[in-house]
Amino acid sequence: MIPELGHYALVLALALALIQSTVPAIGARLKDAQLMSVAEPTAVAQFIFVALSFAALITCYVTSDFSVATTFQNSHSAMPLIYKFTSAWGNHEGSMLLWVLILAAFGALVALFGNNLPATLKANVLAVQSWIAAAFFLFILLTSNPFARLPDAPLEGRDLNPLLQDLGLAIHPPLLYLGYVGFSISFSFAIAALIEGRIDAAWARWVRPWTLLAWMFLTIGIAMGSYWAYYELGWGGWWFWDPVENASFMPWLAGTALLHSALVMEKRNALKVWTLLLAILAFSLSLLGTFLVRSGVLTSVHTFAQDPSRGAFILAILVIFIGGAFALFAWRAPLLKQGGLFAPVSREGALVLNNLFLTTACATIFVGTLYPMVLEALTDEKISVGAPFFNATFWPLFVPLLIAMPFGPLMAWKRGDLLGVTQRLFGAFALALVGIAITFVAAGGGPVLAPFGIGLALFVIGGALSDLAERSGMGRQPLPVVYRRAAGLPRSAWGGALAHLGLGITIFGIVCESNWAAERIAAVRPNETISLRGYDLTFEGLTLRRGPNYTEQVGSFVVRSGDEEIGQLQPSKRSFAARGSTTSEAALLTRGASQLYLSLGDAGADGSVTVRLYHKPLVLLIWLGALVMFLGGALSLSDRRLRVGAPKPAQPKLATLRTEAAE
Amino acid sequence: MAMTRRQRRITLIAVSLGVLALAVGLVLSALRDSIVFFNSPSDVVQKHVAAGTRIRLGGLVSPGSLVRSDNMQVQFQLTDGNHAVTVAYQGLLPDLFREGQGVVTEGALDPAGVFRADTVLAKHDETYMPKEVADSLKKQGHWKDDYEKPGKAGKATP
Repeated sequence: MIPELGHYALVLALALALIQSTVPAIGARLKDAQLMSVAEPTAVAQFIFVALSFAALITCYVTSDFSVATTFQNSHSAMPLIYKFTSAWGNHEGSMLLWVLILAAFGALVALFGNNLPATLKANVLAVQSWIAAAFFLFILLTSNPFARLPDAPLEGRDLNPLLQDLGLAIHPPLLYLGYVGFSISFSFAIAALIEGRIDAAWARWVRPWTLLAWMFLTIGIAMGSYWAYYELGWGGWWFWDPVENASFMPWLAGTALLHSALVMEKRNALKVWTLLLAILAFSLSLLGTFLVRSGVLTSVHTFAQDPSRGAFILAILVIFIGGAFALFAWRAPLLKQGGLFAPVSREGALVLNNLFLTTACATIFVGTLYPMVLEALTDEKISVGAPFFNATFWPLFVPLLIAMPFGPLMAWKRGDLLGVTQRLFGAFALALVGIAITFVAAGGGPVLAPFGIGLALFVIGGALSDLAERSGMGRQPLPVVYRRAAGLPRSAWGGALAHLGLGITIFGIVCESNWAAERIAAVRPNETISLRGYDLTFEGLTLRRGPNYTEQVGSFVVRSGDEEIGQLQPSKRSFAARGSTTSEAALLTRGASQLYLSLGDAGADGSVTVRLYHKPLVLLIWLGALVMFLGGALSLSDRRLRVGAPKPAQPKLATLRTEAAE
Repeated sequence: MAMTRRQRRITLIAVSLGVLALAVGLVLSALRDSIVFFNSPSDVVQKHVAAGTRIRLGGLVSPGSLVRSDNMQVQFQLTDGNHAVTVAYQGLLPDLFREGQGVVTEGALDPAGVFRADTVLAKHDETYMPKEVADSLKKQGHWKDDYEKPGKAGKATP
């Protein structure tokens, strides 16, 4: 009964989406308030019905109802409760349902909290949002019904892919989807603006909090996925430039560019058409990612199942929405009033530079990700474009961006003073130089570029700190005044600086991990010791342990630093009977922000076991930095100025003055 | 240093074109240097892939061909039914590496014709066949339907 209710709720959600995608848009066209007012209740109701449907699916999984096909294929009655719960979206059908749940949630949020929006814009935004929703509801109902029943209910399920039986599945996909799908709102705003043929600084102010929200979740979602891959796959790698990772990274780059260009649009009423284009681009890349992951053109752990009809359906959605959006853009954008040009050396000039580098970096990743597929389709030649390609193209474009980053926030709007800003970045330069010198001495003979990487990361960190110090008058004012001014700074100023600081921290971690990680692969017998970087690991033997739905061989290692015992590492190899497959569970020992990483290989006949041991210096900074970026976004989002919407038309001058004074 | 509108526009366009040119240059040079072609054992034999050229080699691990020696050295034969290539690798094999199953390796041939792999990619469960390997087996006429049971796919990347 419950699966049928869930299915029915999804059909009702589709019906509501069809209403919401037409009636409010007609209302906006006819300026009919009553028709437009349909949008809000339908958006909320649509979300409620998808939520009911999702709850029904969760119920099927938690109660191990194997009469449902997807539950049978992806669950097992012996799984711990948390994995029964998360396995609901550890498969194609369920993850698409999560996708539309989040899509509908964003629509409902705009309906409930978009009170400051003009009625026609709100009606159009919600209508466009519903076009997307309707397309994906249809996709689920026609090709990927998560509630399909099996004629004879099996007694036991086939278990979830062991790699997904991890807490990471509870965290990574929902966060990533909140980001991915969150860009649908920016997209809907852009399409609505094109339909209305009107766009101004206020539009940027409305769209920015939504973009920021999506960006925050995408940032943390990508970071969590990276950490999950790092500890689950047993190779100690945290980023593989895999097409699926690129599929989430491209919207992040476009979304980051959008956040910055919307700033220029809001403050200077310029870059309007470009900002619209970025809003369309960010979500188009999200859709492309969905297509790449869901259609089966790629083979990876994310590609749960391969079914050509699904690929064709998503491709059709992709073509209609992206093609339609760009056609609309080409037709309507020339009608929009262009903003003014501005001086290259200025805050807005720096933001343009930011956009230039972010979008070209995004484009190179796009080429590298799609080129193998296009080539194979055209010539049948199979190639792999891997890390060497992306490292050779991405970093040369990202490094100039990082160098320019500390300058931007210190630059004045309209006319900047490059020399003055350079002087004010004295502290950051000093920090970077000291960092380079120390690294040269300490790591002498190591990778040549490494000290400069450290210097660059410190420059970005120092730049973010200089920005805050400068704004609060540090060095020019007595301390109590500095303290008061720092506390009185707008939260968005703190948020922006924190986000930049977070990126600096991440870069610092990346430089450390990629230059100074140490690896050791060895076969050890019981009571033998292996050493790496001053840590001694003594192997105490293998034991067999039984988990809920697996058996595992656990290797026990005592870790000593000098004479002191600092911990135990227990990596294991798990065998899952239901799927006949094995996974390695790496063991981690955290020392400050560095980690010892141990994973188990094959056991030999003589009681020995091969292990892979890594020392990863400061590796945790990579994800810690992403967390700081997330917090920076959250702080910005809590700024009242972002939430109160546009100034009333009656007093535009005053409002502009106020925001400029606050900068 | 007030700039005229014209100068501002030219600056903007020049900087944009500069960055674009840089990106195009980077992509083209990286495409020349760092892409890796996929080959089946038959391709290796028939196309005479030069020693030292980095390629991906995929096929089935011939049953009974796996030899382990000291220092975690392993050797095995990769076959597509018509030809076989000896692969040498040092390190830990993936969890699901087994004889008779499909794997993709990356590395280069040495002058003696042994494929020195530095990466071995296997799949996430017992029913999955790497797509490249499946395609090349089909091409060689050695595809069996039971290779492709429904299952989850993937090389060992997230």
